[in-house]
Amino acid sequence: MTATAKKPRRKPPLGIITRPGSSLRNKTGPWGILRPVFDWEKCTGCNTCETICPEGCVRHLEKKQYEADYEYCKGCGMCAAACPFGAIAMREEHR
Amino acid sequence: MAATAFTYEGTRGFLPGHRACAGCGQAAAVRIVMEVAGPNVIAANATGCLEVFSTPHPESAWGVPWIHSLFENHPAVASGIEAALKVQGKIGDVRVLCFGGDGATLDIGFGALSGMFERGHDVAYFCMDNEAYMNTGVQRSGSTPFAAATTTSPAGRRSFGEDRPKKDLPAIAAAHGIPYVATASMSYFADLRRKTKKALETRGAKYVQVHVPCPPGWGYDEKNSVEIGKLAVDCGMYPLVEWENGEVVRVRKIKPIPVEDYLKPQRRFRHLFRGEAGKAQIAKIQELADANIKKYGLAE
Amino acid sequence: MRKMIEGSRAVAEAVGLCRPGVISAYPITPQTHIVEELSQMVADGETDAEYVRVESEHSAASVCLGAVAAGTRAYSATTSQGMMLMAEVLYNIAGMRLPMVITGVNRALSAPLSIWNDQQDTMAIRDSGWIQLYAENNQEVLDMHIQAYKIAEDDRVLLPVMVCMDGFVLTHTYETVDVPTQEQVDAFLPPYDPLYKLDPADPYTLGAFAGPEMYQEVRYQIQQDALGAKEVVKEVARDFQAAFGRWYGDVLDTYRCEDAETIYVAMGSVIGTMKDWCDARREEGGKAGVLKLRCFRPFPQDELRAALARAKRVVVLEKAITVGGHGILAAEVRAALYGQRETPPVHGAVAGLGGRDITFETLDEVRHRAEAGEADFFAGLRRAVVEAM
Repeated sequence: MTATAKKPRRKPPLGIITRPGSSLRNKTGPWGILRPVFDWEKCTGCNTCETICPEGCVRHLEKKQYEADYEYCKGCGMCAAACPFGAIAMREEHR
Repeated sequence: MAATAFTYEGTRGFLPGHRACAGCGQAAAVRIVMEVAGPNVIAANATGCLEVFSTPHPESAWGVPWIHSLFENHPAVASGIEAALKVQGKIGDVRVLCFGGDGATLDIGFGALSGMFERGHDVAYFCMDNEAYMNTGVQRSGSTPFAAATTTSPAGRRSFGEDRPKKDLPAIAAAHGIPYVATASMSYFADLRRKTKKALETRGAKYVQVHVPCPPGWGYDEKNSVEIGKLAVDCGMYPLVEWENGEVVRVRKIKPIPVEDYLKPQRRFRHLFRGEAGKAQIAKIQELADANIKKYGLAE
Repeated sequence: MRKMIEGSRAVAEAVGLCRPGVISAYPITPQTHIVEELSQMVADGETDAEYVRVESEHSAASVCLGAVAAGTRAYSATTSQGMMLMAEVLYNIAGMRLPMVITGVNRALSAPLSIWNDQQDTMAIRDSGWIQLYAENNQEVLDMHIQAYKIAEDDRVLLPVMVCMDGFVLTHTYETVDVPTQEQVDAFLPPYDPLYKLDPADPYTLGAFAGPEMYQEVRYQIQQDALGAKEVVKEVARDFQAAFGRWYGDVLDTYRCEDAETIYVAMGSVIGTMKDWCDARREEGGKAGVLKLRCFRPFPQDELRAALARAKRVVVLEKAITVGGHGILAAEVRAALYGQRETPPVHGAVAGLGGRDITFETLDEVRHRAEAGEADFFAGLRRAVVEAM
């Protein structure tokens, strides 16, 4: 909003603007039943998994230490299937 | 569980919590494009999968300024944004992106797209090509490949699916003489990154058509999106080509595999594998792939 | 400064004075002179705007949408088929609460194809959420554009405004007009200060979809703001008079209605003819009056009731029709008067379609048929043609 308003402006009309990143409140983790498990021994750090995750919930802590954010992971298995080194396995999750 | 919490807010243009299908090739591709694009962009988006799964009010997965208007006017909206940025003196700093699916790009938005190219607006257009109107339930578009089954070009007793070849929009875009046109694939993401970067660094109108596999629409197990996308490129059905100012300047070489390897794993082509009539269509598809390979010199 | 210029030129000069940043243009008769004049003004550096030569009217409106969303004042003009083609964008612009001004040059709708004046085109957009103002003459057209931006960009409104002017009748006729100075307009109309815009420094998402749990409330609020815009229309008209010394009425204006027995209601340039005819009636001893409706959307129900309070008969004359129904304006006037203890008869005359002139003869016919008790009718039909059908 303008920083130089002299009088207070109205609130934006309902439904017209949506806050950036407000999708983060929608935890898509419960969507799936499979979860990726990362084998750091086999990992070469090619970064394929982090790149192609449709959610963007795979990250690395150190060069070959990858993990997934299970709050958003839908369990699609793309990371495991795309990993050239078989370093990711999909395990059924029991909550 | 993660040892330390993931942080997303303020770090990227496309955030988690969106409602794309598990295994969505388009979501992956958009993430890749937005990572390259950075925060200093404004995006105009057509109605479609991407728009719907990313912005159900009051949720938005976009971290950058973003606007959705209608199904077929996003190139014109982007043109208006670009004109406004010119007036504001910001056009050098802020980049304008435009996203549309294949339906929005090849069909209903075709006129507006051509107008934007012809006027040479400084806009980078990304077509997310999943080869049908996926958001409304897998109906056929001008981008649907020959013999693919969709809900409006189904296989049946009198039909083998889509009876027209794919509209060659990259060639049409190149024919406008715009500075940069490219085809890309979600599965070859380093190539996609390079082309995205190139598009954003080029001034003028740019068109990048990204092949994005769709598990429910094409009918394959969602984990295999990357593999399916690679097969499409490697059999010659989705050539990865770059044009500059209307001329082909670079292609990605392939070791061609038979089209069957690509068609067989997908439900939308399954009907071709029953009986002799199907074999004839597969042969036609192979001819199309061979024609691409020859035209662009794809074979290593 | 007083000049004798074409109506289209008056529009262009008014728009130029409002300092739009982005102008989009797709040509269609009889709007063409407006966009041509603006084009020359930009080419000569008189107007500092990005001029986008779009490939269709749908894109003309969309370019304006994008520009305003990005925080820059925008303008376009269209008519008839172009209005229809951009119709979905117009609904979208109003729904997204983006203020802008479009000149709606009034022209008939195909089929059959006609390039001549009537008001069917802007009438077809009346549900869209746009504020619609109708001008009587070229001076009013000029002034109305300046008022329009001020109304649209007001925080209480945030709705786009359509300035409706009769095609050929106003666009292509030369009248003497007083063109304000840039200083005068700048003092009246400050630069566009968006409430929200597309800006990487403060990003927003515009145009998210709304589920059934909130769509109705969004539309409710638009309706409330559109109805409330009536007061802003009146306020801006008063402020304009104070700044520029000219007055056209605010939502409506009346001519010789104080003691009128029959009041004739209409919109646009025909009002000029009707005022002259009214004077002739008065000479004959008839107690006629003319009500010029200036603001059609929002529809000024209370003001209309007050203005028609003492009329014994109301005759609505309009250059539009809702096929299968009656006159559009007639229906709205009837609805506005409904529920009062005493309601005069309201007659609806459709005339002037497709550029058919409305003359004193036409108005005489309208008066006679209303006095004979006809409720809804076409006036000015060519008898021989109708009989040969």
